[in-house]
Amino acid sequence: MIATHWPYGIAAWLFIVGLYGIVTSRNYVHLIMCIAVLQSSTYVLLVTIGYRSGATSPIYANISPDTPAVDPIVQALMLTDIVVEAVVMALLLALAMQIHQRAGSLDPDKIRFLRW
Amino acid sequence: MSRRVRIFLFLPLAAAFLILLLAAMEGIPAIGHYRGPYGDVLNAITVKERHTTGVVSAVNFDYRGFDTLGEESILFVSVIGATLLLRQRPDEIKDTNESEQDEGARKVPEPSDAVRLLSLALAAPAVLFGIYVVTHGQLTPGGGFQGGVVLATVPLLVYVAGDLEIFKKVAPAMLGELAESAGVGGYILIGVAGLIWGKSFLENVVPLGPADPKVYSGGTIPLISLATGMAVAGGFVLLLISFLEETLELRLKTKRRGK
Repeated sequence: MIATHWPYGIAAWLFIVGLYGIVTSRNYVHLIMCIAVLQSSTYVLLVTIGYRSGATSPIYANISPDTPAVDPIVQALMLTDIVVEAVVMALLLALAMQIHQRAGSLDPDKIRFLRW
Repeated sequence: MSRRVRIFLFLPLAAAFLILLLAAMEGIPAIGHYRGPYGDVLNAITVKERHTTGVVSAVNFDYRGFDTLGEESILFVSVIGATLLLRQRPDEIKDTNESEQDEGARKVPEPSDAVRLLSLALAAPAVLFGIYVVTHGQLTPGGGFQGGVVLATVPLLVYVAGDLEIFKKVAPAMLGELAESAGVGGYILIGVAGLIWGKSFLENVVPLGPADPKVYSGGTIPLISLATGMAVAGGFVLLLISFLEETLELRLKTKRRGK
């Protein structure tokens, strides 16, 4: 199973590591980076699902139309997701800056109005 | 919830999750044995049906164009949110207008000549490459998303070479706003064109062009790619401006505190 399924294991590992970082984080910037790690697990998972050994990329510019190619759908999903993720990270970092301005700290445990 | 409780809750749940996930993954086909029908169907029909060779772009801007519109609105809303959050408050603006603080902002060390030369030498090729990537998405790997990001690096290169003032001259916030709203608005208008032609929203109603794909073939695909490229480039430029202004602001504050 390890020889044939290892990228899925990497995806699971990235997910768990990212989640661990989010749960134990002591700094919002670190936490936001952990969200990025967690999200990258979906890239590994989806691109692996669409992969086919010996196949080329789904661009038929210079190859015959019946050449086997990998799944274009997951690749399309990934490329939009990467760009959107970058922008969402920017939004989260802007939120972190606001929190720092208001509370003077980036530690989730030290900011009183965010505790419950 | 205290830190310890949180970790105690997390560890067993994460272990259980990992075990279930790995058990579920045993059922997935091994790497390289792609099974799903949709990718194969699209790979087989796209060139004939849409006159484009870049299947990924055809998927993004045509077959699942409606989803991409949703993703682009996430981008749009996030950029608006970030610029709103980073907007200068009235009291901060008053501070920066004082000449003394302006002087403080100038004390940032000048970039070295090597950095400056490299950044300026890269700027023009980056513009060209960005435009190429945006306009050739329907033929080769690329499209609006990738090309837009490449284009947005150009003002950043100028910033690295000079300073924020030159950055703002090359890519004023106004231009970023205009590009972003025109991009997202244009995407929706192209979708509405389908309705006007009596078809469904975002249907490919523009003539597809030659069957042997050229830059202008693909109907709405290159148009939507262009609109997306504008929206992405404009959005990233707006974000860069907001963050760089904020950094300048923070630098001023620390300078003041140090005095």
